[in-house]
Amino acid sequence: MPREKIEIPGQIDHLSILDKDGNLDKDLEPALPDDFLLKLYRTMVLGREFDARQLSLQRQGRIGTFPPITGQEAAHLGPAAVLRDSDWLVPSFRETVAELWRGRTIESILLANAGYNEGAEMKPDMNMMPISVPVGSQVIHAVGIGWAMKYRETDDLAMVFFGDGATSEGDFHEGINMAGVYDAPVIFVCQNNHWAISIPRSKQTRSKTIAQKAIAYGIAGIQVDGNDILATYAAAREAAERARSGGGPTLIECVTYRLRMHTTADDPKRYRTDEEVQGWEKQDPLLRYQKYLKAKGLLSDEEIVSISDAVKADIADAVKRAEERIKEIGDPGDAMSMFNHAYAEMHPYLQEQKDQLAAELTETVKEGDNG
Amino acid sequence: MAKMTMVQAINLALRQEMEKDDRVIVLGEDVGKDGGVFRVTDQLFEQFGENRVVDTPLAEAGIVGMSIGMAVYGLRPVCEIQFSGFAYQNFHQIENHASRLRWRTQGALSVPMVLRAPYGGGVRALEHHSESREAFWAHMPGLKMVIPSSPRNARALLVSAIRDPDPVIFYEPKALYRAFREEVPEKEETMPLGKSRIAREGEDLTLVAYGAMMRPTLEAAERLSEEDGLEAEVIDLLTIAPLDDELFVQSAKKTGHILVVHEAPRSFGPGGEIIARLVEKAFYYLEAPIHRVTGYDVIIPLFSREKHYIPHADRIVREARKMMAPV
Repeated sequence: MPREKIEIPGQIDHLSILDKDGNLDKDLEPALPDDFLLKLYRTMVLGREFDARQLSLQRQGRIGTFPPITGQEAAHLGPAAVLRDSDWLVPSFRETVAELWRGRTIESILLANAGYNEGAEMKPDMNMMPISVPVGSQVIHAVGIGWAMKYRETDDLAMVFFGDGATSEGDFHEGINMAGVYDAPVIFVCQNNHWAISIPRSKQTRSKTIAQKAIAYGIAGIQVDGNDILATYAAAREAAERARSGGGPTLIECVTYRLRMHTTADDPKRYRTDEEVQGWEKQDPLLRYQKYLKAKGLLSDEEIVSISDAVKADIADAVKRAEERIKEIGDPGDAMSMFNHAYAEMHPYLQEQKDQLAAELTETVKEGDNG
Repeated sequence: MAKMTMVQAINLALRQEMEKDDRVIVLGEDVGKDGGVFRVTDQLFEQFGENRVVDTPLAEAGIVGMSIGMAVYGLRPVCEIQFSGFAYQNFHQIENHASRLRWRTQGALSVPMVLRAPYGGGVRALEHHSESREAFWAHMPGLKMVIPSSPRNARALLVSAIRDPDPVIFYEPKALYRAFREEVPEKEETMPLGKSRIAREGEDLTLVAYGAMMRPTLEAAERLSEEDGLEAEVIDLLTIAPLDDELFVQSAKKTGHILVVHEAPRSFGPGGEIIARLVEKAFYYLEAPIHRVTGYDVIIPLFSREKHYIPHADRIVREARKMMAPV
């Protein structure tokens, strides 16, 4: 027979548990403790309010450019909430809520966004990579971590985040392919927010879904409503069970939307319509989840206000602490810190350069005194 | 002590480090059953199995990206890029991540990995298999760049590179892989990274070289001694970055005449940095302009003509004589 149809294994489902109006598919509802559900809610609110606060700080010049996450809270918090402490999270740069969930402080994010390396300080046991700016390049790191977890015979996993744009990068393909080859315990979570700066999802790939790329690499894939935190959580939990039991990697495509700009340096009005944005505002993941919690009797209108107030107060405290810290750090006194952590051990020619800057700073201070 | 080729000596370093430390993982294309296209990882797969000697898909960024993840998790990956000419497909992983994760996390995470790759010409290879592009890596803050010049120092430097807390690019001069044998002790031996050595002592002029260029440079030094009565001091850099300027600056102060030899293209090559250091630190001791014998600023020609590109002893002797000629 010269020509026969090849049966390709694999299929792609779309999972949605809370519809756009917050109506629940009871059969699919994950059984989660009330306090956990409320912690998710509080963290989503924190992400939303922190975004708003950072936008105003940025407009006032108190922090620099940053990538807002509004609209994508459920798409990255749901998966991250599945992780155990011993698992690793490998973020891109628009998963602030997942980072906060994992233990990164508001203050450290503010310091980093204000241009201070001190904002990158991490607790050694956080099991989290720092944000990765070159798009898609972090995907492979998760495969190395997952490979090492398997080598060490743990049942931990690595979860990596990236956007729809990243799926056009070679590193995405190399990473997902290698995870498949080694059956590495890795969950690939695509935040398909429809826009890579000005390039729409349709111009990244001709594929109908991003999730279907899993089929080509012989791994599991699923598309979920990324604005439905119950769905993103449930899909990731299923993927985690697969990874922990030796079933290998999973690609999860969370279909969501970037309601704000790419970064504060971007003007989305140049490439997309207000109507499109308004359409997605109606599918707000936070409002949808609120409706669910209210229907479940876990959240009242008063509590919505009190949680929001408490979160805003936490943010205000963190802003205060970050700005005090910046004052403490001082300028230019701490410019010397640029030489820290270049290598485990400073080499002689670098020490010479450090001494040169120290001398220069002393001169500057003297000149200032004389003037 | 056994007399070994550089291939055998590097193999010894890998085997002993793997025996000693289960964090050491070898990965790359064809490193397993095949033992590597140059047989550097020969028999490691048989001894350690597929979890320690990992054959990878053909994906350089994947190999290096995975190594970064493994290193961050606490392993000590030693990845092989089959030819340094293919390492540009993983360049971004080194520039964007390996070299700066320590800095980015302010010391919380580090990437103790080694990237091994054969470099340089002289083996009648195809295009992309003969380049000498160490300057790319040497220019990257946070990275170390090592090039051995003999079996014994290759073994000792690789052991140090594997144990180093920072990422190391380890370029192996493939022209020397089987060019000569040297006594290599079975007993563990290390050499500090970031330290050059005096390969030959002399009073009249200083030749600075490294890697595959050490052989023609030493040959030139012998000829200058025999034919001209000039005693050249020869410095073998061993580590390109961070560059150890101590010995060549000292030597320059003694001889006042410096000639730098490298196979890499001339402009913006390591010679530029070596000369800049000499200008900074030994300018008033110099008795003649500093000379360079290097590859030309062209793509290395296909192998029928490569001998005219790669510096050889005649060129070094001629240039040294020019430098030493009274003005």
